[in-house]
Amino acid sequence: MHELSIAESILEAVRKELVNHPGAHPIRVGLRIGELAAVDVDSLAFCFEAVLAGTDWEGLQLDARVCPQRRRCNDCGNEFAVVEYNARCTVCASSSTKTISGDELDFDYLEVETDGTPATQVQGVE
Amino acid sequence: MERLPLKSKVLNENQIIAESLRERFREHGVLCLNLISGPGSGKTALLERTLASLDPTTRVCVLTGDIQTDNDAQRLAKYGFPVKQITTGGTCHLDGRMIEKHLAAWNLDEIDLLFIENVGNLVCPSSYDLGEASKIVLLSVTEGEDKPLKYPSIFFKSDLFLLTKIDLLPYVPFNANTAEANARLVHPGMEIVRVSSTVEGGLDAWLAWLEQRMTRAHEDALAPAAN
Repeated sequence: MHELSIAESILEAVRKELVNHPGAHPIRVGLRIGELAAVDVDSLAFCFEAVLAGTDWEGLQLDARVCPQRRRCNDCGNEFAVVEYNARCTVCASSSTKTISGDELDFDYLEVETDGTPATQVQGVE
Repeated sequence: MERLPLKSKVLNENQIIAESLRERFREHGVLCLNLISGPGSGKTALLERTLASLDPTTRVCVLTGDIQTDNDAQRLAKYGFPVKQITTGGTCHLDGRMIEKHLAAWNLDEIDLLFIENVGNLVCPSSYDLGEASKIVLLSVTEGEDKPLKYPSIFFKSDLFLLTKIDLLPYVPFNANTAEANARLVHPGMEIVRVSSTVEGGLDAWLAWLEQRMTRAHEDALAPAAN
């Protein structure tokens, strides 16, 4: 259940980002989560709602996109999606391949609305 | 409505601490290893036998993480090396800040090898970089051969897979080759060492691996920083 710690980290990052955008209210935060990131998206959504409950940001949406594992062949340069963990090149069958995506736990975007009222801030998030 | 691009990692705060720890370890020639497994795979037993087997001039320290109790620290302290328990009080993993805090009283110049025994959990610790040179995943022969496939993240992120309790192989329906093949499906080229913490010589290959990595850490400390 490290999704709770991750949900708190997301709020902390949103709070920091909004410092640079006075008057902006956060609407949606986009994430890219690799299938090898060991993060359960449903559990994260649940924790995210829980840490928002009762704050000014209640209703802030989480858009977590799961990124499948992709690898690049060191021998022929082919880039391919990994199916059933098979890391061999789909063209030349080389076993020398390198991960190019699928282990990320990254922010993608933050959607905000700016309506001229003072920015909201979440309390209790360190 | 405006969409602002965000390019950082979600665990950026932890990453910053981890990178600073990694640089300190490199500068001081400390080999830091982060041991991860499910509960009961033999992390503490491996450390006990390792501490008992290492050359006494090796300067080793251990940080051991658990949700509750300092039982592991008590077990490990018997070998005469500095040991500190990190009690997380419910948190399922160690993070960079906990390591930074518990290292504060130790002089890195006086450490060659730092073991971090993570909280018993095959999932959550894989997301948190602790500044280690390598993550090491342990799996015992009393578990399932398909664990590398069920928990791919930690096998993908670990440099070394220690297959533990191999003295029990004759008594359990566990195919070591299958387990190792599964690990290499997830992580092609992964280093794998089979160990037993209870039989004479059961740790020889692991101790040789450690020796080699400590030598490399010392050489790296003498080399100028990459940046």
